[in-house]
Amino acid sequence: MAINAAEVPGLVERMPAFPQGVTKVLDLASRPDCAPKALVQVIEHDPVMTMKVLKLVNSAYFGLSRPINSINHGVVYVGINTIKNLALSIAAIGMLPKSNKAGLDMNQFLAHSLGVASVAKLLATHLGVPDKDATDFFVAGLLHDFGKVVLAQFKPEAFRLCLDQAAEQGRSLHEVELESQGISHDEIGGRLAEVWKLPPALVHAIHHHHHPEHGAEDAGDGMCEAVFAANQIVRSLGFGDAGNPLIAEFPPLVSERFGNDLSGLMSVLGDLSGEMEKARLFTQL
Amino acid sequence: MHFKFWGVRGSIPAPGPKTVHYGGNTTCIEVRGDNNELLILDGGTGIFPLGQSLIPEFPLKVHIFITHTHWDHIQGLPMFLPIFMPGNEVTIHGAADPITQRDIGEVLARQMEYAYFPVREAELNASMSYLNIQEGQRVQVGGVTVSSMLLNHPVLNFGYRVECGGKVFVFTGDHEWPFNIYSEDDPDYADYQQMVDQQRSRVIEFFRDADVLVIDTAYTDAEYPSRKGWGHGTFGSSIEAAREAGVKRVFLTHHEPTRSDAALELAFDEARKCHDVGREMDPQFDLAREGVMIEI
Repeated sequence: MAINAAEVPGLVERMPAFPQGVTKVLDLASRPDCAPKALVQVIEHDPVMTMKVLKLVNSAYFGLSRPINSINHGVVYVGINTIKNLALSIAAIGMLPKSNKAGLDMNQFLAHSLGVASVAKLLATHLGVPDKDATDFFVAGLLHDFGKVVLAQFKPEAFRLCLDQAAEQGRSLHEVELESQGISHDEIGGRLAEVWKLPPALVHAIHHHHHPEHGAEDAGDGMCEAVFAANQIVRSLGFGDAGNPLIAEFPPLVSERFGNDLSGLMSVLGDLSGEMEKARLFTQL
Repeated sequence: MHFKFWGVRGSIPAPGPKTVHYGGNTTCIEVRGDNNELLILDGGTGIFPLGQSLIPEFPLKVHIFITHTHWDHIQGLPMFLPIFMPGNEVTIHGAADPITQRDIGEVLARQMEYAYFPVREAELNASMSYLNIQEGQRVQVGGVTVSSMLLNHPVLNFGYRVECGGKVFVFTGDHEWPFNIYSEDDPDYADYQQMVDQQRSRVIEFFRDADVLVIDTAYTDAEYPSRKGWGHGTFGSSIEAAREAGVKRVFLTHHEPTRSDAALELAFDEARKCHDVGREMDPQFDLAREGVMIEI
């Protein structure tokens, strides 16, 4: 049964965050001397918490006059105690199970998301993006596959078929999803981000992370291309797994942006094992 | 436009002989427009005597702007006489609760539930309405315009800028200037500082050229380090911000409940000396005092 895009936002309201994030938030929030930066660090390494906090701070309940694109940005605008209580309210929903009927290993998925986030941020610096905006690339990398968590949670049987088919046929997962479900995880994530009024560049990067050339005129900062490239790089490194067996070559837009193809860019970046190790730390409970 | 302080104390009422001069009621300010439009900023315990004073004006229309829903800013609302009288129209503006996703009306109705108060919100005789405030939104009350800005406190807190006949009155509610959560050697320090600086500029613009600024000044500069993150300003931070914003007159409020009249004046005197208050172009600084009415 195909997923109904219109029902997704309501379903996600009740979706819990990753066990790593939930456990750490509950632990930190129980300490009276909880350091704000420690809390921020936990939230910004959990795709579900990040998505939900950004959703809330960009919602009408805050009525802020400008979009909020990172957790730190949110803390400056709405205060650390409100962010802490938002995180606690998300933690109170429960935790995502480590395994699900779809067969998507959530630890591997988290590793993939964190890996792409880290590399996307590196690529931002590589592109000469100012440091303050490089964090937005991290957020985009972290959230790019959010639609897969939704599918694994709410359409596990259908998503399992897609995962199996992609693995067996060595095809791109999003194409299989599109073929069998009529909608792919990138569109689900992008639509959610749009409905929740996340900043347009972030919406664009999530929605088009497999096809940065689509709607490229809407986003000129290279975020989407960076997420695309980071996605291929992290898969080439064999770090984490989000169910897509295919490593795609760079389309012209991405090659032009970085002045390199995939292997060329990887050579330029050099050894990423330190970055990946830092990301791995956040997948541990 | 004119205004009157009905409550200037922070956190909890502080009645008694040692606070009789500046007053012991918690936050409440009455603001009147040029056509006698009635606006009230916050419903701390000061709103109780204010409500009594309004009897001759019944039936009346009043707009209450709640900066935030901590007890000391809402606790007088259930005892605000106009809400019990038919014919009165009471409109309450304030922030929704983003954590529980309750509107301002639902948040306030909770303090009138069975366990806390004998009269339920549904039983109030006045015509009651509640409106959620959004940042930047402008609310028109007769000839008075109220705009809002989210300021930093451990709950959503809106500062209000009230304008009428070319005069500007600004009230912060509770506000602590955002600070950097990273240490200087942290890689995130510089980016965060940039956001902090940007937010400070926005707040200063919100205060810009106000005829009167009423600003949260709970702590002395010496007290602040042990109260950092509690959501309040200091004598030093208020004096500097008012200077920067080109404000004409400043009333320092949210007096500490433990501070006697004498201690409050001593703290104010020390701050004036320390920050060289009175130099050329300085705003006029005063301590907010219950019962004082000021024409703007």
